[in-house]
Amino acid sequence: MAAPPFYVQPMLRFILTRVSLIIPTFLGITLLAFFLIRLVPGDPIETLAGERGIDPARHEQLRKEYGFDQPILVQYGIYLSRVLQGDLGKSMITQEPVITEFAALFPATIELALCAILFALILGLPAGIIAAIKRNSIFDHGVMGISLAGYSMPIFWWGLILILLFSVQFDLTPVSGRIDVLYYIEPITGFLLIDTLLSDEPEAFWSAVRHLILPTIVLGTVPLAVIARMTRSAMLEVLGEDYIRTAKAKGLSRFRIVALHALRNALIPVVTVIGLQIGVLFTGAILTETIFSWPGVGKWLIDAIFRRDYPVLQGGALLLGVVVMSVNLLVDLAYGLINPRIRHTR
Amino acid sequence: MTTETMEAPAVAAPTATPPHPLREFWGYFSANHGAVAGLVIIVAVVLVALLADVIAPHDPNATDTALALKPPFWQEGGSIAYPLGTDPIGRDILSRLIHGARLSLLIGIAVVALSIIIGTVLGLVAGFFRGLTEIFIMRLMDIILTLPSLLLAIVIVAVLGPGLMNAMLAVALVILPHYVRLARAAVITETSKDYVTAARVSGAGTTRLMFREVLPNCTAPLIVQASLGISTAILDAAALGFLGLGAQPPSPEWGTMLADAREFVLRAWWVVTFPGLAILITVLAFNLLGDGLRDALDPKLKR
Amino acid sequence: MALVEIENLSVEFPTQGGIMRAVDGVSLKLEEGEVLGVVGESGSGKSVTMLALMGLIPFPGRVKADKLTFNGRDLLTISDKERRQLTGKDVAMIFQEPMTSLNPSFTIGFQLTETLRLHEGMDRKAARRRAIELLEQVGIPSPESRLSAFPHQLSGGMNQRVMIAMAIACNPKLLIADEPTTALDVTIQAQILDLLMTLQKERNMGLVMITHNMGVVADTAQRVMVMYAGQIMEERAATDLFASPQHPYTAALLAALPERSEGGRLATIPGVVPGLYDRPKGCLFSPRCAYATEHSRNVRPDLRPWAGGHIRCHYPLGDPNRNAEIQHDHPVGTEAAS
Repeated sequence: MAAPPFYVQPMLRFILTRVSLIIPTFLGITLLAFFLIRLVPGDPIETLAGERGIDPARHEQLRKEYGFDQPILVQYGIYLSRVLQGDLGKSMITQEPVITEFAALFPATIELALCAILFALILGLPAGIIAAIKRNSIFDHGVMGISLAGYSMPIFWWGLILILLFSVQFDLTPVSGRIDVLYYIEPITGFLLIDTLLSDEPEAFWSAVRHLILPTIVLGTVPLAVIARMTRSAMLEVLGEDYIRTAKAKGLSRFRIVALHALRNALIPVVTVIGLQIGVLFTGAILTETIFSWPGVGKWLIDAIFRRDYPVLQGGALLLGVVVMSVNLLVDLAYGLINPRIRHTR
Repeated sequence: MTTETMEAPAVAAPTATPPHPLREFWGYFSANHGAVAGLVIIVAVVLVALLADVIAPHDPNATDTALALKPPFWQEGGSIAYPLGTDPIGRDILSRLIHGARLSLLIGIAVVALSIIIGTVLGLVAGFFRGLTEIFIMRLMDIILTLPSLLLAIVIVAVLGPGLMNAMLAVALVILPHYVRLARAAVITETSKDYVTAARVSGAGTTRLMFREVLPNCTAPLIVQASLGISTAILDAAALGFLGLGAQPPSPEWGTMLADAREFVLRAWWVVTFPGLAILITVLAFNLLGDGLRDALDPKLKR
Repeated sequence: MALVEIENLSVEFPTQGGIMRAVDGVSLKLEEGEVLGVVGESGSGKSVTMLALMGLIPFPGRVKADKLTFNGRDLLTISDKERRQLTGKDVAMIFQEPMTSLNPSFTIGFQLTETLRLHEGMDRKAARRRAIELLEQVGIPSPESRLSAFPHQLSGGMNQRVMIAMAIACNPKLLIADEPTTALDVTIQAQILDLLMTLQKERNMGLVMITHNMGVVADTAQRVMVMYAGQIMEERAATDLFASPQHPYTAALLAALPERSEGGRLATIPGVVPGLYDRPKGCLFSPRCAYATEHSRNVRPDLRPWAGGHIRCHYPLGDPNRNAEIQHDHPVGTEAAS
C-alpha cells in the first residue's frame, strides 16, 4: 500500500501536454499585439516609447533599441524578450510602466469578477438542476425563459436600468466607485472586501459591499444565464444515462441519485462552460467598469483608447489575453481532475 | 380496459404514414412557442425597418431644443405626437428607434454574411487540404477564440479608428472562428462518407466537391449558427456603440443612442430605457429563433 | 404464493405521432427459484415489461395492470419509499451494457458498497469486507485492488461481473438479467451465463433472463416466454417449447438458430416488427406469418391456455384441425403453407 498511486504518471503527462499546448497561443497573442501597434497611425517609435515630440538624437537611440533598423522578425524577437521580462512599455500619459498600472488595478477587476461568478454559480447551479429534475414544469419554463433573456441582455443597458431602479428610485445602492470617498483603506491584498476587514473601520466593509452589489449583478447576469442553461442540459443528458437507471435499480433515494450520481457527471461539462465564461467575464468587466466607474483594468483600457495611450492598450490587452489564457488552462486541468477518464488515460 | 389505439380501414395496411421531413421540421419548430414568438418578432422588426420612412412619425435627426426631454405620452407633460418622448436635443425617440432597427438588422446581417463567407471558405480549405494549412488556420482561430470577444473587437476598433464600418469588421472577425470550425468539422465528417468518395472517383474537382457536394450538407448547422451569430453581432456592435467606438452620433444606432443618453439617466428614464429594450427584444428574438431551429434540425434532441 | 404475479400489464409512451404501446396485455407468474427466459426481437417489449416490474419506467411512460405483485406485495399501490426498500434488495437487475451501466465517476468499491450500506446498514469496514467477498464470488481476480478501480479501467466482462456482484449483494429473491451477455465477446458470454446459473442454484433465486437469443434460453431457462410487438405470443415449459413450438413465430425463431438450419442456409423471418405507424389490426404477427388468413389479419387473437402453457394464435401448430381452419379462413400468408 506504500507504493505511489498508479495514476500519478499519466496525470503528470496530462498536465505537461496541456501546458505545452498554450505556448503557440501565447506566441499568437504577442504577435497580434506586436502587429496591431504598428497599424496605429503616426510615428511608431513615438507610439511605442510613449513619448511625443522626441528630439532626433533620442529618436535615433530608440530606433536602435526597438530594432527598427533590423528585419521584422528580429523586431518581434526583441519585443518578445521584453514581454517575457515583464517590460510592456510605459503609459504615454502617466509615464508609469504598463505592468505596474495593471498590477495596481487588476485586483479590483478580479474582486468584481469573482463576486460575479460566485453570484452566477450560487443561483445558476440550483436553478439548472431543479429545472432539469422538474422538466417541462412552470419552474423549468420560467428558468429557461429568464436565462434566455439574461443571455440576450445588453449588460451596459442592464447596468443603467439597475442604477435607475435601485439608486435613483429607491436610493439603496451607490452609483459608482468601489467605496465611499470618506474611507481611506490601505491596499494590502488589493481586495477591498478583505482590506476593509483588516482595517479598523468596520463600516468601510459594508460600504464596499454596497458598492459591489449592482456591478456584481450586472456582470454576473450573462454567466448566470449560461450556467443555468448548461447545468440543465447537462443534467438532462446525464439523467438519461444507463448508470442512472442502475442507481435507481439499486433503490437509492431520488436525492442521492441526483445530488451524487448525476451531479458528479453533469458538473464536468459545466466546469468547462464556467471556464469559457471567464473570457466573457472580462469582456463584461470592460462594460461594467465603464458604467459604474469601477477602477479596474477594463475602465483603464477604455480610458486609454480615448487618451490614445497606445502602450497601455497594447500591454493591457496582452496581459488580459494572457490572464484569460491561463484561466482556461487552469479550467482544463480542473476538468482533468474531476473526470477520472481523463485522469487515468493518455 | 384495452382500447384500440388505432383504427385501420384496410386489412394490414399501414394505419398512418410518417410525416414529410419538412412538415416534421415545422411540427417540431412550431411546437416550440418561444421559437415562433422569436420568428414573429423578427418579421415585425424587419417590416419596421423596411417601412421606416413611412411609419416613423418624425425625422429621426430633426432637433428642436424647445421639445428637449419630453416624457412619454402617458406621463405628465408628454404628448401623443412624441409617444416615447424626446431625447436631450428634442429628437423623437420612437422615430430614432424605428430607424435604428434598420441599422441593427443591417449590422447583424452584414456582419454574419461577411463572417459566414470568409469562415466557410477558410473552414472548407482547412478541412480539404489538412496539413500545415489546416494547422495554421485552426491555431489562428483558437487564438481569436481565446481572447475575450469584445476585448479583441475594442482593440481592433481602437487601432483602426472608431466608426460603424470598423466596428462591423471587428465583430465579423470576432465571430469568424465559429463558422470556420463548423465548416471544417462538416467537411471532415462529410468527406469520409461514401457519396463524396463516389463523387471523387467519378472525377469531380476539389472546388466542385467543396461547394456542390459538401457545403449543402452543412447548411443546417450554419443556419442555426447564423441566427445566433446575428444576435451576437447586434449585441457586440451596440456595445461598441455604447463605448463610443461604433456608430457615431447622430446615428440612431441603439447602442450609440444609449451612450448619448447615459448622463441623463437620473433625469429622464425614457431616453435610457427604450433603446436598450429594443436591443434586448431583438437579440432575444434571434436567440429564440436560433434555439428553435437547432432543436428542430438536430436529430439528437428529437424524442 | 407466486413470487411475481402480473396480470394484463400494459405500458404506454406518448409520442409526437400518437401513443406507443410498448407492452400490451402481458400476464405472467413466476415461482420462487424459477428461471424464466423472455425472448423476442428488439422492440418486442421484453425489457420494458421487466422495467415496469422494477418501477423503472421513465417519464412520460404509463404503466397499467390488473395485478402487479412481488412476494405478495402490491406494486401498484406501494409507496415510493417502500418500493425503494424492495428494489436493489429483494429484486435486482443487471443490464445489457456493462460499460455504461456503471457510473464512470465513482470507483467499483464505492458503487458496490453503496448498496450494502443502504440496504444492509453495514458500516464502511463491513461493507468493504463483504464487497471483496462478492467480487471473489463473481470470479474477479485480486478483488481488493479492484475496489479502487474505475469502470473504464476494467473490461466489459469484468464490469458485467461487477454488475452481477452489485445485484446479488443483498441476496435478492429475484434477479432480472436484461440481455446480460449481448454486449460481450462470445468467449466471455458463456462464462457470464455459467456464473449466473451457478449463483441462481446456490441461492435458489428467481431469475428472469431477457434475451433475443434462443440459444441462451435453451441452456438456462425452465420456462420460456416469447414476446412480439409488446405481446406474449407463446409461453410454455422450455423443453416442450423447443421440442414442439406451437406459435408460428416461435417456430420461425427456432428455425433461425444456426444449429437448426437445414440445407446450409440460415432461415430468416421476412419483414420487420411493426412500428407506431403500421400496427396491424388483427394478429400482430400476421404480416410476417406464413399461415396468415383473412381472419387472423382482422381479428386479434387472445392469449389462451394451450399445451401446458399459453399461446396467442388462431392456428397453433399442434392443433389437429388447423389445416381445415386455415383453408376455411382464406390463407393469405407470405408462402403457401405446406
